[in-house]
Amino acid sequence: MKANTGSGLKEFLIEEVLRHHSDNLKPETKKRLSEIRREKPSKPVIYINTGTAAIISGALKSAVVIEEYLTDLDINAEVVRVGCHGPASFEPIVCIHLPGKNKLIFRNITEDKVESLLNGVFHNDMPEEDLVAQDGNTGFEAWQGIPFINEIPWFRLQKRVILSNCGCYDPGSIEEYIARGGYLQFLKTVRNYTYEEVCDIIEKSGLRGRSGGGFKTGLKWKYALNASSDNRYLICNAKESDPGAYTDRTVLEGDPHRLIEGICIASYAVGASTAIIFLKTGAVHSLEKLERALEAVRDYGLTGHNIFSSGFNLEILIRNEAGAFVCGEETALIGSLEGKRGMPELKPPYPTTSGLYGKPTVINNVETLMNVPLIMEHGPEWFRSMGTEGSKGTKLFSIAGRGRLLGLVEVEMGTTFRTIVEGIADGIKEGRSFKTLQIGGPSGTFITEENLDIPVDYEALRQAGTAMGSGGLVIVDDSTCMVDLVRYYMGFIHNESCGKCIPCREGTGRMLEILENVIRKPHSEDANATLERFKGVMQLETIASVMKDTSLCGLGQTAPNPFISALNNYREEFEEHIFDRRCRANVCRGLRTFSIDVDKCTGCTACASKCPPNAIYGTRLQPFFIVDEKCIGCGICFDICKFSAISVK
Amino acid sequence: MSNIEDILRRYRSGSHDNLIPILQEVQGEEGFVPEEAIIKIGSFLGMSTTKIYGVATFYDQFRFVPFGKVHLRICNGTTCFINGSTPVINAVKEAFGTDPGQTTRDGRFSFELTACMGGCNEGPVLKVGDDYYSHLRTEDIPEMVRKLKNLADLQ
Repeated sequence: MKANTGSGLKEFLIEEVLRHHSDNLKPETKKRLSEIRREKPSKPVIYINTGTAAIISGALKSAVVIEEYLTDLDINAEVVRVGCHGPASFEPIVCIHLPGKNKLIFRNITEDKVESLLNGVFHNDMPEEDLVAQDGNTGFEAWQGIPFINEIPWFRLQKRVILSNCGCYDPGSIEEYIARGGYLQFLKTVRNYTYEEVCDIIEKSGLRGRSGGGFKTGLKWKYALNASSDNRYLICNAKESDPGAYTDRTVLEGDPHRLIEGICIASYAVGASTAIIFLKTGAVHSLEKLERALEAVRDYGLTGHNIFSSGFNLEILIRNEAGAFVCGEETALIGSLEGKRGMPELKPPYPTTSGLYGKPTVINNVETLMNVPLIMEHGPEWFRSMGTEGSKGTKLFSIAGRGRLLGLVEVEMGTTFRTIVEGIADGIKEGRSFKTLQIGGPSGTFITEENLDIPVDYEALRQAGTAMGSGGLVIVDDSTCMVDLVRYYMGFIHNESCGKCIPCREGTGRMLEILENVIRKPHSEDANATLERFKGVMQLETIASVMKDTSLCGLGQTAPNPFISALNNYREEFEEHIFDRRCRANVCRGLRTFSIDVDKCTGCTACASKCPPNAIYGTRLQPFFIVDEKCIGCGICFDICKFSAISVK
Repeated sequence: MSNIEDILRRYRSGSHDNLIPILQEVQGEEGFVPEEAIIKIGSFLGMSTTKIYGVATFYDQFRFVPFGKVHLRICNGTTCFINGSTPVINAVKEAFGTDPGQTTRDGRFSFELTACMGGCNEGPVLKVGDDYYSHLRTEDIPEMVRKLKNLADLQ
């Protein structure tokens, strides 16, 4: 079934490719590598995406059906399970490469569509509606009348550097990665460069940490390297528990070997002999792929003792985090690895001088490390040629929310957010209008329609009062209530606050209470409920600024960000909620009032029988009415009424 | 409980940094962290049980009651939230009569909320075992609960 299970493949790759010092490979070696890469397949190759997003859309079921189809009809074809291409809205994606022809990309191939797709493909009758594009870079005969991949906005507006391997090879196969030039950079680094030289190269490239702070990676490595110690650690932060961001997981699943190569190079550069991958809990698919990849790497002797006779030792371990958002913070992460509660510590000392077990520790994010093998391969100048003055390279974003197309994208630094929202994501779903773009998760901010022309650039974003964050972009349309969204984020942070410092622990709680009060139904306007509500609202801004100034770590300092940003940009929505007790998006249940139109109501009792608090009264076949005091605003009656007799205000 | 001893044998005694991996393995094996396990881990690592309990309760992952026969994970990521996960969660809560993180009295169901599962184009997403349910609406819940009840009875 597989093209790469030839005899002695492992020995071949180790001896002829990895041990081979020069760039000139023998022609037969080149030919064999090209076969492993499936460059010129002699039989049809069917690639099916099996990243998390694809699995949720049912890719594994489709894969089984495809394999059954091939066996039943006795067709000689190869099925390859690859990582994610990016466009999650197209999942499950199936790519078909027929011998001598360009590769075709099909979308939304759920199990019921497999048969018609394969029937079409093998009988030269392409199912047009599922076809996305043809991959034009393969140098084969082009299909007539089918757009090329770089003519589709989703792909054309991206610059896919980190993602270049995603969706092209089987992440479970180290052979394919090596055939694509993998691990050569690591071995070249270990053979040719000193620790300082690697740090210099990375510093010269201008690579900055991709986890939000944007600290210069080369500089960070140098700090750790120059701290005197007998042992150092490298930690790959793959925790990503920001709700609505899935960049790290997706690239890690699509191309685990490049991450491991990045970890290897980084560990060498800082002189660490132990590297730890700190993985998100519950990310079962990522864990499985990483474990498999690490096992293969160990088997090839690329980690372990005296790697390829270089004298460099490295052990890579996976540690599953246990589910605490705050552990994304460096010092909390270290605490968690040491078996303590993940609570942030005061900095300095920074982890680069005293980190895990008191040893110098470098913590890098997945995306940062994925860039490292590429910089070693193409040189720092190549990396500097991409991006803006202060921000070099590319940036991954996971587009979520209400965009027409969602998924993982990689854009060059300097691309505007308008390009991402209107070009790549293709705007908003039918019948709705754009409201805001949320960047940076629960501690991020909102970008309004007018500000969408901000480029993806650390400084430009900082000037606009926002931050790059971890790469989550949530497109929000007018069906979402800003107050409710801010309350959601505040609830998340309140739940995740570690409780060590008072401003964060108490501040998030109070802000959540006040925001909940704003959207809650006023059961009685007597007593001092209204007064209390207003008092709270008056205090919100003060609490926010105190939290910003006095919290211990980034979690607390940035917790009020969504609120401050929403208040600055969407003040009128807050005022409507507070003064008019009205929610323009009709989301806040507590503020909705339902009424029954007596002329339209037929008295069918459908609503009354379904009403959870029994707030609808009436006699059968007579118009019913809703008792406002009992109504909880759930809207079940509104949805259930066949005569549109119920109106919402 | 012999499982716990098997797990402990794989670790070095007295080293506190193994606490979380041990707890994770115990939970993986038992489905939750039983009291006896905490006592055993305490004497193995030389830590007080209160300290272990303190660490375990800090993290969302650890549970102290067994899972139900059928365990649901509902995504409460931002996209699922925007696409209406709150009413779905409320409907599930109502159907089972429990809060997230708890198990029903008859031991048949438990459910928890997770941050983003990565299926943002399919939200709201719910996961039962290895199966995903996507694009959920409140109306779908009664039907789904009925199915899950049958599933729980079969087990």
